[in-house]
Amino acid sequence: MEPVSFRLCSAPGREATGTDCSPGGSSSISGGVGERSREQLLRQTCEAVVLGALHPRTAITLVLQVLSDAGSLLSCCLNAACMGLLDAGLPLSSLFCGVTCALDAQGAIVLDPTTRQEQEARAVLTFAIDSTERKVLMATTRGSCSVEEMQQCLVAAQRAADTIFQFYRDSARRRYSKS
Amino acid sequence: MATAFKTVEPLEYYRRFLKENCRPDGRELGEFRATTVNIGSITTADGSALVKLGNTTVICGVKAELAAPAVDSANKGYIVPNVELPSLCSTRFRSGPPGEEAQAASQFIADVIENSQIIAKEDLCIANGKLAWVLYCDIICLDYDGNILDASAFALLAALKNVQLPSVTINEETGLSEVNLKQKNPLVIRKHPVATSFAIFDDTLLVVDPTAEEEDLATGTVTIVTDEEDRLCSVHKPGGSPLTGAKLQDCITRAITRHKEVKKLIDKVIKSIKPN
Repeated sequence: MEPVSFRLCSAPGREATGTDCSPGGSSSISGGVGERSREQLLRQTCEAVVLGALHPRTAITLVLQVLSDAGSLLSCCLNAACMGLLDAGLPLSSLFCGVTCALDAQGAIVLDPTTRQEQEARAVLTFAIDSTERKVLMATTRGSCSVEEMQQCLVAAQRAADTIFQFYRDSARRRYSKS
Repeated sequence: MATAFKTVEPLEYYRRFLKENCRPDGRELGEFRATTVNIGSITTADGSALVKLGNTTVICGVKAELAAPAVDSANKGYIVPNVELPSLCSTRFRSGPPGEEAQAASQFIADVIENSQIIAKEDLCIANGKLAWVLYCDIICLDYDGNILDASAFALLAALKNVQLPSVTINEETGLSEVNLKQKNPLVIRKHPVATSFAIFDDTLLVVDPTAEEEDLATGTVTIVTDEEDRLCSVHKPGGSPLTGAKLQDCITRAITRHKEVKKLIDKVIKSIKPN
């Protein structure tokens, strides 16, 4: 039984609308299936790191409001979620960070792509990397790529995770050094 | 005695099996359940397929309708997938608006269609800017026993292979479309994506094709979608226990083997249908 229940609301503010697949526009109740799918990814990633057993019969609500989307939205959400959990002081088994890799037409890896680079890319892969052993917590891909390319992107993402975790460390240090 | 232990300590009960490298239903860790597929059972649909993965039963019906293409992609038709998990398939689902699992599954199927380019949307265009086909793919679960994503993806592929579209011509004088139901053409299926799902136990063990019980006990799931050229169409790991790159590679290798098995099954079924 889940001791902690998560609720994730991701409400797009001024988000660039994605391609509509159904004729006549999409109708949805506060966000379509895309939002629901992203919430599932974020929620299950957070559930994997939060030590829920220490807070039984507790609901943790994580609200992510997109203010502007200039590419790599999902990794930005992951990073925001982790820093939010850190700021809330919740017990976590590890930190996690989100890294997006885009594979362009030549097969070169572009980390943290802009919206333009994402649209023109052959494949866009997003990974959530944990801080203890740089293992993959969450993976989602768009477009198709070969197995070798995926492994290369994963290695690049794991290396990039070091920079992000250093940023977490610096932010936390700055926050607590004021007082 | 065993049933009492199973009720009180389900995870520990399951671990006893995993230690012997097998599962309660007798399968090995890398073994799939018996897969059966039945094509063309819904005569009122343009294409249909029923897939059974052990007890998990999923039916996919494809209906084709005509519509005007979107302004920014005048030469493309539409494919609209929808996965439904009605309350009849399992007690965990209530009737009402689709829950999160159904919506996430719909998004997953839409991603598989988009990533694998199973059908080129340009093939669905009849007249540039004026008329195109819309394929409504409804995937309904009739019995939920885990691994819904694999079954849905397989049902979709089989149903699309079964679709026969009537030929449509646009009358030059009146500008209206004329549908000829007597002359039907099959869809051009460019790629054959096949999904393989794994459940992660205790952060280390991977079992393929989990049942509903195994999914509830698992600490995470991974779904890999590959096509016939051994390219990755999707790596779907929605959170859960962390995995190393090497473990992910093991999953991909098993997925590639599974692809060959499924492709053989589909080819056998398609060949067995007599053209009418």
